[in-house]
Amino acid sequence: MTSSSASFLVDLRELKLDDARALLEHSAQTLPDPAAGATSYLQTMIDKLGELSLKDPLTGLANRRYFQNVLMREIEMVARSGEPALLLMLDIDHFKKVNDTHGHPVGDLVLQGVAKALASCVRPMDTVARFGGEEFVIILPSCQGLYGQQVAERIRETVGALAQPLPTGEHLKVTISIGGAYAPRWVRSTPELWLDRADIELYRAKTEGRNRVCIEPQPMLAVSAEEKNLLFGPLSLGDPAWIESIANDGSASSSGAASNSLN
Amino acid sequence: MNHAHKDNPQASPGELFPPLKPLGKVLAVTSGKGGVGKTFVSANLAAALAKRGHKVLVLDADLGLANLDVVLNLYPKITLHDVFTGKATLEEAVVKAPGGFSVLLAGSGMVEYSRLTPNVREDFLRIMTGLLPHYDIVLLDTGAGISDVVLFAVSLASEVLVVATPEPTSLTDAYATIKVLVGEQKRRIIRMVINQTARMGDGRAITSQLQQVLDRFVVAKTDEKVRLVHLGDIPGDISVRQAVMRRQLLIQSTPGCPAALAISQLAAKIEDTLIHPSK
Repeated sequence: MTSSSASFLVDLRELKLDDARALLEHSAQTLPDPAAGATSYLQTMIDKLGELSLKDPLTGLANRRYFQNVLMREIEMVARSGEPALLLMLDIDHFKKVNDTHGHPVGDLVLQGVAKALASCVRPMDTVARFGGEEFVIILPSCQGLYGQQVAERIRETVGALAQPLPTGEHLKVTISIGGAYAPRWVRSTPELWLDRADIELYRAKTEGRNRVCIEPQPMLAVSAEEKNLLFGPLSLGDPAWIESIANDGSASSSGAASNSLN
Repeated sequence: MNHAHKDNPQASPGELFPPLKPLGKVLAVTSGKGGVGKTFVSANLAAALAKRGHKVLVLDADLGLANLDVVLNLYPKITLHDVFTGKATLEEAVVKAPGGFSVLLAGSGMVEYSRLTPNVREDFLRIMTGLLPHYDIVLLDTGAGISDVVLFAVSLASEVLVVATPEPTSLTDAYATIKVLVGEQKRRIIRMVINQTARMGDGRAITSQLQQVLDRFVVAKTDEKVRLVHLGDIPGDISVRQAVMRRQLLIQSTPGCPAALAISQLAAKIEDTLIHPSK
């Protein structure tokens, strides 16, 4: 045992950690204290690098790698639980014009401003990520049908109300287009399919004039509170006599309902 | 894009796949919620029908989250996926299941069909019409929920069976599914099986309750009557869990247990109403 586990012992002095240290320093991370012990030093180092590898350096949002993991996990959740989950895909309208007119540094400022606004609009359980360029994605787990549209509208309005101060003293406003698709319930979909469906909606939002939200319509699964009440009312009472009366003659005496046409 | 409407000439906007001219003795088994035992019911019902001397085929129409293969412990090399992609013929893909019935499994890779495209619809229709003449009854094990694939699969069937459990979430989803089947597909008879019941009569009470809510909120708005026909209960039974864990058919592993007896009775009713309706 001792001889095999000995090979796992590492001498810190033999490791080339300069690059890793420099990477963390450049990302304004506090470096771990070597005095805390070699294991703790390395663990902290690895954790911080891991964290760094999942972040978008410009906006501080989750990056595409992190997003892919969450997307995969969410598909598993929806397949098993049937909880609705919404994927939003957002794109800053006419962003190329911002870059062309004001230069890339201003473009970066706008990206940062939008990222901050997006992060402020969602719940802690949601994942906001930079997908690439001026495209962002948001995963909203446990997101009921009507709520999704509301959230997306709120996001669109919040970003639209932003006035990004420029070095020249001017303020720059941008709008975003949003496309959304729910993960199909009880189905193990793929990240590509889900993204593709959200992307189709984003394209629709763009072609319909931008600065708008398009969410893939879902089949209506609406059961009103009144219906639910009637559905469970007598059942949840668990009255054995009532159940027996149904079992015997097919009419519910205690609920006073008219006879039904069961065979 | 021209072939988009060729496969379902009766489809009109606003109607989610009204039933085609009934393809024959096809029973779609569906449920609002997942995990209520839909596939378990399909497989054991098929075995019970086969035991009664019928030629039965179960078609795995749960393209997104198929687990009929797991229930039957069958992992054939050739599946529905190969038929869809033209790599194999129907004859090659149909395999014998342990219960003496035939089965056409979806296989992995079918996830790309979890979106209903005109091609998927055409393929499905082609497969169904090719299979039907060879069997007394075809069971369609559909996915849960009311995705367009599920609704399309159900629309191919002459009869539909909704499986639910007494849990409120299952009942709500079953009710929502029934509403769609009545409203969009113009179904007038829907057969019910309540799985995992605790007491005698629970299932009938539940079906009756669903019927009352349906009468009040859905039927009142249309003129036609809708009947939920209670086919039977399957009592909660420890043998079911054991059979599922062992990946055996309940009908074979413990044919005398209450749940297996209930499924045999279901098979008899289905035989009377679907296979020999004249009797």
